[in-house]
Amino acid sequence: MSTLVQDPVPVADAPVVPVRTSERLRSWWHLPTALTVLALAALLVFGLGSPAADSTTFRLAAEGDLNPGGIVPGDVAIPARVLAIVLAALCLVIAGVLWWASATVTALGRWRTALVVVFGLLWVIAFLDWAFHGATVDVGAMLQTMMVLAVPLAFGALSGVLSERSGVINIAIEGQLLMGAFGAVLVGSMVGSPWAGLIAAPVMSLLIGVLLALFAVGYRVQQIIVGVVLNVFAIGLTSFFFGTVMKQNPQMFNQPLRLPTLRIPLLADLPVIGRVLFEQNILVYLMWIIVAVLTVALFRTRWGLRVRAVGEHPRAADTVGINVNGTRWGNVLLGSAVAGLGGATLTIGTGVAFGEEMSAGKGYIALAAMILGRYHPVGALAAALLFAFTDALQLRLGTLPTGSGAGIPSQFLLMLPYIVTLFAVAGVVGRVRVPAADGVPYVKQ
Amino acid sequence: MSAPTEGQAPAVAPGTATQPGDPGTPGAEAAERSAGSVLQSIARSNVLVVVLAFVFAFVVGSVLILVSDVDVRAAAGYFLSRPGDLIGASWTAITEAYAAMFRGAVFDLPGARKVADDIAERGGSGLYLLGPAFLRGIKPLLETLTVATPLIIASVGMAVSFRSGLFNIGGTGQLIVGATAAGYVGFAIDLPVVIHLLVCILAAIVAGGLYGGIAGFLKARFGASEVITTIMLNWIATYALAFALTTSAFTGANKAQPTSPAIAGTARLPLLAGDQYRLHLGLVIALLAVVFLWWLMSRSTLGFRFRAVGSNPRAAEVAGIDVGRSAIGVMVVAGALVGLAGGVHVLGTEQRLTGSIAGSIGFDAITVALLGRSGPVGILLAGVLFAGLSTGGRFMESAQGVPIDLVQVIQALVVLFIAAPPLVRFLVGLGGVDRPRAPRRRTATGAHAAPVLAADAAAVAAAEGPAAPREGAHRAPVEPAADGGAQPPGPPGDPAEPVGPVDSADPADPAGTHSTVDPCGPDAPKGENA
Repeated sequence: MSTLVQDPVPVADAPVVPVRTSERLRSWWHLPTALTVLALAALLVFGLGSPAADSTTFRLAAEGDLNPGGIVPGDVAIPARVLAIVLAALCLVIAGVLWWASATVTALGRWRTALVVVFGLLWVIAFLDWAFHGATVDVGAMLQTMMVLAVPLAFGALSGVLSERSGVINIAIEGQLLMGAFGAVLVGSMVGSPWAGLIAAPVMSLLIGVLLALFAVGYRVQQIIVGVVLNVFAIGLTSFFFGTVMKQNPQMFNQPLRLPTLRIPLLADLPVIGRVLFEQNILVYLMWIIVAVLTVALFRTRWGLRVRAVGEHPRAADTVGINVNGTRWGNVLLGSAVAGLGGATLTIGTGVAFGEEMSAGKGYIALAAMILGRYHPVGALAAALLFAFTDALQLRLGTLPTGSGAGIPSQFLLMLPYIVTLFAVAGVVGRVRVPAADGVPYVKQ
Repeated sequence: MSAPTEGQAPAVAPGTATQPGDPGTPGAEAAERSAGSVLQSIARSNVLVVVLAFVFAFVVGSVLILVSDVDVRAAAGYFLSRPGDLIGASWTAITEAYAAMFRGAVFDLPGARKVADDIAERGGSGLYLLGPAFLRGIKPLLETLTVATPLIIASVGMAVSFRSGLFNIGGTGQLIVGATAAGYVGFAIDLPVVIHLLVCILAAIVAGGLYGGIAGFLKARFGASEVITTIMLNWIATYALAFALTTSAFTGANKAQPTSPAIAGTARLPLLAGDQYRLHLGLVIALLAVVFLWWLMSRSTLGFRFRAVGSNPRAAEVAGIDVGRSAIGVMVVAGALVGLAGGVHVLGTEQRLTGSIAGSIGFDAITVALLGRSGPVGILLAGVLFAGLSTGGRFMESAQGVPIDLVQVIQALVVLFIAAPPLVRFLVGLGGVDRPRAPRRRTATGAHAAPVLAADAAAVAAAEGPAAPREGAHRAPVEPAADGGAQPPGPPGDPAEPVGPVDSADPADPAGTHSTVDPCGPDAPKGENA
């Protein structure tokens, strides 16, 4: 899993220090070109593609929100074409700044990332403006859908981060999600409480974790093969039990259960973000906690240093007395447990019963999110949110009244995460540095 | 990416009959090479591992059948009072399921008997009776071969990439693209009879090759991992096809139905065994693909380059091979073959394009290629075997109510077990073979534990032909070096001595008679000697 690395000194995680290098990187034109193309596309497609007469309504505050004096406006209607052209022009300006910075080798440091993020936001708003012209964008509801869809992806991506940082490729995220979803419903229904399912989900997906660690770390089988085969195994196993035990007695083994929603008073009434952040079930809060804990643990603790050492240079780690394969075992198991929580989100988190192959490729999107997030918990979460956003968008666009909107086929939005990841691994979106020993089994000498 | 699959390639080359069991065995032990050593090489053989892998997978499958069976669970409820019931119910559940699987995959004896009785009633006998009955009986087998056809072709594509050190997970995508191209040409364009078919197949090959080439290009130009890019391309192709099947160009008149019109008669692959069976000319294409794999990887310069890059990219680069271009070439060839599989599937078996045209062939092809150790013969056998499992599984599902997903579990377990021979040997108590640092104990354990399986394994070895023990060959270059460079490893004739599972391992046998098959093992030390 080698992605082109052009950094002269690859620093894994420390904030990139703005260094003035005298030479331009060979790929200096990649990012500005990509942004310029995107901005021009926005100008041509979104700007000129929106009918001049239509306007797009953005619904920000809803009734009953904590909105003293109406600081946040309710519905904002803007002429679609004007807004799109203005936003596209701003995008072009940002692209121009980046051209200048890249060409003159001016290090922008953190500003560079900020500019790219702002560019992304403007572009997305322009896109929404075009896609929903003549209709209403309910921002709060859309974010809520995004959050629901992002949680399994984020858990899956965190599972990937945990195991790949220690040097074990985890293609089996799909299988882990599936086993988690299956275990949550099975045990939850048997006990009669979703909380039992919450505990059972990580335990169940540990089965996949144990197999992955046993074959990949213990028997040093090619890790990609193990992952692919374990996915097949998980699909077969869960579908088999779904077709037999669960079908024979759904009352006993496959009930739709739902974890209660925990509402934080007052905060949940904030407009736009209130419900998204503060009226969710425990799994969502757990996700935030795990992201925070994992970020600190990986980059600020002794444990994290060891894990990263094992993933980057196992022999060096072994030399200083770190148990390489033990660390890998631990991380793979921990990762699969985390992915199990993601699986639980699919069933008891959203209140549906188990269905055959219900993970439906989410594990692979999680893998993509992990890579796009550069093997960092926060990045993985951001990428998961981004991918979930496209999915939420696709769902929302499907319910648009006829005659409004740009009529984008839902398949293209579903494709988007994969295309973005394709560009990301090719180094166009941003360089991804894979842990050096990722996928290499360690043999003690 | 060091793949275990790469190194195994020579072991499956056709005609690999025997290889030295352990060429690195020090010469001093030559006298001791008796029954114990033969048993040891049996214990190390691949055939034993394969057989045991299947045994374990089916044992796990049986457990699943038991857990899911209502009668068995009912009998387990009163196990203490009448244990016989549980055993009886278990036995019935397992044997009936596996019998149904056999009946659905290989030979339908009840069906054949019914046809025979029918004809006998009407006064037929002799060949007039046996012929139709036999044809009815092998119907499942022909169906198995039909299912195996795209699987084998796709696995050949996978094998090309695996043996070249690239992990092409993109079978699904390449299959879809190939099937789409072939299908579109098949139903949308009018051409004369033979030409239409050829153009369809060509379209599938070109489309698959180009799609595979994307991943190769990204690898060569940007260093993007082909594992990730091919997975992403799978989903892109899946959604692109789903979109295509909503447009009128692909669905024809009936736009509500997400399927294409049927392939024109001129573009269909002709049936091989009459109208009642689905078996079509694709089987011949599959056989040609297997031959092509052998020719490409073992005989052609291109294949040599691919393998060189696969086994050691740096060395290949030093030798003047363009590694990047090789990656593109590998992915184009692999994609073209998988695309061909998609084309054959749509032109012969499915005859119309649907959103789920690829099914699980793309991923099954990976497991088949792994199971067949990426070699021509292995892929042929593994492909038929997996196809038989799934057709049998389908019959088992309808006859016994055991879901076909059981087959997926069994297939996955087989591949996992085969990928880790030490685990399999450990599970049957032959783990001692894998501890290289303890030769004494190794022999002891081998001699001690092997008799349990000796008869079994010997029978298998005799039936399936001698195996080539991979571990032995793999360790060979290391141990002579440890002996010291000056001293040749053992008497000159000794390493060439074939100690395969063939029981007539006579030490007096001249080395030359058996050493023809293993060119590098025995000959290399002798060359150094001279």
